[in-house]
Amino acid sequence: MESLSPARVTALRERANLVRQGIVRALVSAGSGHSAGSLDMADVFAAFYGEILRHDPARPDWEDRDRLLLSCGHIAPVRYSAMAYAGYFPVEELLTLRKFGTRLQGHPERVRLPAVETTSGPLGEGLAQGVGMALGAKLDEKEWRVYVVTSDAEHQCGLHWEAMMTAGKFELDNLTCVVDRNFIQIDGSTEDVMPLEPLANKYRSFNWEVFECNGNDVAEFVAVIEKAKAVRGKPQVVIAHTVPGKGVSYMEGDYTWHGKPPNREQADEALRQLEAERERIVAGNG
Amino acid sequence: MASADVLETVASMRLAEYRDAAAVKEVPTRNGFGEGLVEAGTHNRNVLAICADLVESTRMEAFKKALPAQYIEIGVAEQMLVAMAAGLASVGKIPFIASYAMFNPGRSWEQVRTTMALNETNVKIAGAHAGVSVGPDGATHQAIEDIALMRVIPQMTVVVPCDAIQTKRATMAVAERFGPAYLRFAREKSAVVTTEATPFQIGKAQIFRDGGDVAIVACGILVYNALVAADELAKEDGIACTVVNNHTIKPMDEPAILAAARRCGTVVTVEEHQIHAGMGSRVAEILAQRYPVPIEFVGVRDRFGQSGDPVELIEHYGMGTAAIKGAVRAALRRK
Repeated sequence: MESLSPARVTALRERANLVRQGIVRALVSAGSGHSAGSLDMADVFAAFYGEILRHDPARPDWEDRDRLLLSCGHIAPVRYSAMAYAGYFPVEELLTLRKFGTRLQGHPERVRLPAVETTSGPLGEGLAQGVGMALGAKLDEKEWRVYVVTSDAEHQCGLHWEAMMTAGKFELDNLTCVVDRNFIQIDGSTEDVMPLEPLANKYRSFNWEVFECNGNDVAEFVAVIEKAKAVRGKPQVVIAHTVPGKGVSYMEGDYTWHGKPPNREQADEALRQLEAERERIVAGNG
Repeated sequence: MASADVLETVASMRLAEYRDAAAVKEVPTRNGFGEGLVEAGTHNRNVLAICADLVESTRMEAFKKALPAQYIEIGVAEQMLVAMAAGLASVGKIPFIASYAMFNPGRSWEQVRTTMALNETNVKIAGAHAGVSVGPDGATHQAIEDIALMRVIPQMTVVVPCDAIQTKRATMAVAERFGPAYLRFAREKSAVVTTEATPFQIGKAQIFRDGGDVAIVACGILVYNALVAADELAKEDGIACTVVNNHTIKPMDEPAILAAARRCGTVVTVEEHQIHAGMGSRVAEILAQRYPVPIEFVGVRDRFGQSGDPVELIEHYGMGTAAIKGAVRAALRRK
């Protein structure tokens, strides 16, 4: 694939910025939810919905669509926001996040919103379901691909490793796992709570092809996914290094923002910072 | 329910000659699962069999040989078994996933709840080696809490067929019925009381015997013990029992349970499971709300199993014919 044009990169960066703004507005409306991981994956989700996925927002049940699974369901706001900006539903619906009767449940539910592909939140389950889908595609000789977004901390779950082993056994080259490597979890640093390193070697030893990238750089992420798609005979993992709370100065790198929303004043400040960043992106100065 | 109708219903069951002990055929219910699975997979190529390193003992072997392209082996990984099957189901497959009931759904409950039930996927759990009748393997391998685990989950269908023929029918029936399901069966040979002509419908309890004194509501391989106990009670004490094969724990056939309670005025439930939260508990929930009558529960009484001969264990844990007869007499005294 040719690399993205500068105009395309600018558009994707602006999309990621808008996704972040949507996250902040949704979280402050909900009064609860997970800020840090949602914000740090905005670039990845903007890239998926804006560039990578074969999908059609008007036909979420299109049989030949690529499947994008969010295993760490607690960062649902980033997915909802990216879906809204991709045209799956009105952006204003983001304000119903976590409220009674909403399709935008605190953790995603496929039955209420089919385009999320799986019901998720209990950690460590997404890759296993993605393996099932990728195997189903192989059995039926389908061309669509499966992408599974995971948190780093959910690599502490045993089931995730069962899924890694199974993907290796069946040589699922139509499966790409993305790891949000932000090094934080509820109780602190992943390396203090339960060390994951050397994570890349662990994947390699399970017969995966490993890529690493800056997960907060849309162009780099799109390029690395293109490389992953070219791999044959092996599942691929993209360890996407991200800054938790990315885009909001007072949240960046602070694990205490894992599981809480900004209050109204904090949200206003976040939106001011994000809008200033958006203007810089559009002006070519960001 | 009028008596003539009931008798007609019993006749329509077309049961085997279970009263002639010498003529009773004994076949493990798991064999019926194996046969039904091959038929389901031949009829519908989207039916998959997925096994967690127990292909012979869960009786998936025949499917593996007959339909190798539809068979998947994933090793000793029961949580994976469920979650991967949910993924396959969401792209149009109908996965049957097999292990011992103790490990699936015993180990995998949260994956069952989230990825199968809340997610409304068309996955079928085959729980083999359920009950203390597993025998010598001992308590670690004797699932006697699995009905409880499955019946509390919304969307689940829970079926405990009474013999090998019915297990075959139930396997094919759950393949046809969309939605998450749990099918429970056992290891040991057990009496075949139904025939190929016996009807079977998920959610439709069956009256195998009619009598006006006590209604015995049973499921699984103990239905045979209930029938034997009923015959002995008629001969020895002149007690007339209705015997209901209550094979579908969820959704339970409430009209049939209420009709049996109204006819007899007292109920004995029989299951190879903890008496807490199993089939009998569901019967009690229905009757407590709609038609309270005295109930006696036959099952394991809040204990774990142990190694032993299957028949010996059934007797030791109070599920043999003598125990059922004792429960019927106790129920009668409470009328």
